[in-house]
Amino acid sequence: MKNSIWIARRELASYFFSPVFYVVITVFMFIYSFMFFSILNFFSTQSLQAPQLAQMGIAMNINEMVIEPALSNMSVVLLFIIPLITMRSFAEEKKNKSFALLLSSPVSLGEIVAGKFLACLGVVLTMIALSSYSVVFLVVMGSPEIGPIVSGYLGIILMSGCYVAMGLFASSLTDNQIVAAVIGFGFIFFMWIIGWAAEAADEGMGLILNYISLVGHMEPFLKGVIDSNHVVYYLSFMAFSLFLTHRIVDSRRWR
Amino acid sequence: MIEVENLTRLYGPRTAIKNISFKIDKGDVVGFLGPNGAGKSTTMNILCSILPASSGTARICGHDIFDQSLEVRKMIGYLPETPPLYQEMIVSKYLQYAAGLRRVPYKKISSAVDRVLEQCGLKEVRQRIIGRLSKGYQQRVGLAQAMVHDPEILILDEPTIGLDPKQIIEIRNLIRELGKTHTIILSSHILPEVTQVCQRVIIINEGEIVAMDSLEGLTASLRDTRRLQLKVRNAADGIVQQLEALENVLAVHAESDHEFTIETTPDSHLQEDIARLTLDRQWGLEEIKPLAMTLEDVFLKLTTDESGSPS
Repeated sequence: MKNSIWIARRELASYFFSPVFYVVITVFMFIYSFMFFSILNFFSTQSLQAPQLAQMGIAMNINEMVIEPALSNMSVVLLFIIPLITMRSFAEEKKNKSFALLLSSPVSLGEIVAGKFLACLGVVLTMIALSSYSVVFLVVMGSPEIGPIVSGYLGIILMSGCYVAMGLFASSLTDNQIVAAVIGFGFIFFMWIIGWAAEAADEGMGLILNYISLVGHMEPFLKGVIDSNHVVYYLSFMAFSLFLTHRIVDSRRWR
Repeated sequence: MIEVENLTRLYGPRTAIKNISFKIDKGDVVGFLGPNGAGKSTTMNILCSILPASSGTARICGHDIFDQSLEVRKMIGYLPETPPLYQEMIVSKYLQYAAGLRRVPYKKISSAVDRVLEQCGLKEVRQRIIGRLSKGYQQRVGLAQAMVHDPEILILDEPTIGLDPKQIIEIRNLIRELGKTHTIILSSHILPEVTQVCQRVIIINEGEIVAMDSLEGLTASLRDTRRLQLKVRNAADGIVQQLEALENVLAVHAESDHEFTIETTPDSHLQEDIARLTLDRQWGLEEIKPLAMTLEDVFLKLTTDESGSPS
């Protein structure tokens, strides 16, 4: 664990020295902010008609109408952004031949994978933290419920963990960063839409496909429900992807 | 200290090394000599447990390189052919990172880094970004990285490649200095380098050990002949025959109309005789110089020797 943190610290520092990181974070912030303010704008237009809506039995709820869609959108933006963060993890080291430093040091492969995972997660958490200005703004100016915000962010973080783990897996497959990013995006996107196949599959298979898919597990978190079922799903998804990464890095030594 | 038994490594269908066995004692400085692609780097990678062997084993201080690779890696400092550097890092930060990875206790990291900065002559570039350093300095950072945890064994893959002559001398002196207290394996395809630094030499070609001997033993076995090169302006007919007629000359090869290679017996000094003959016959003496044994000659010699007679 100590070794993983030591590795993660260096990786994290090198992200902050890299221009890619700043470009990625800027693009992320711009798109997320645009989405957030569009949603907020829609909400404030709607709230002009709040009395009529109330008569129709529709209540205005800032959690449901702003924060929930904003976080939901963020999870989609992260789907595009995270492969660009994870792409370098293994690919760059293999290309620059700097991987020998880690491999010849008394650290296990598991510690290396964990270190890189923590570093990428750290970058993503930084991005999420920066973007949370939007929700802080709502909390200061309005009075949303805190519970669903906390659970929503927990969901986002768990989902990001899965993206990062898959991105690392993609990066372990190649020594080309672009290829790693494209494969990573492909994997994550496929895991996102794999539930579509459930339509065509028989009932049992359909349930499995729907369960495997990343999409359905987010919803309860956004609604304010922390269900251990979904927490376990995300954690095992991460563990499995990291396990595959570990196997790939190990097997490359044999070839 | 280091025992290697029947090490074999395949890359797909290609055999990189086959059945390599050798032993290295504590405190030895061993040169690994061979042309490019001979299997030097593969062997070194296996010893550092970066690559697994296809078959065979090696033990370092009694630890198996495969089953106890973490123990092995604690004792080894490795400089690969391409130094494993992070281009965007500052030299001292990089060395601190390497020290931490190699389990140098946290409080001793900065003194360990200072020590290697001093030893490798990196003090003036300690705050520079590695990617902006010249190849020579990068090579030295790579060497510093291998030494930062003061390992018992140093494995250096072509440590002087890409350095200028002054730096090469400095690095060789450093290796010689380190050799007094460490066990060192270094690879090279430059014969003089090995002869200057190492006590023992392992010559490897096409994945097999061709010769393994102390330096004295090896040079003695190579000293069957000496070779001289003669350059003249106006060579007459029969020059080859006349040179061959000299005492202690074994053979004369005409490289061109003006250049001749003369093989002589090992203990003879024929420069004067040849010069006298050349002046007498008015061939127009340009140059006489002894030819050093090149690595190619060593290989040729060793391989032909083995196929010819078992001695």
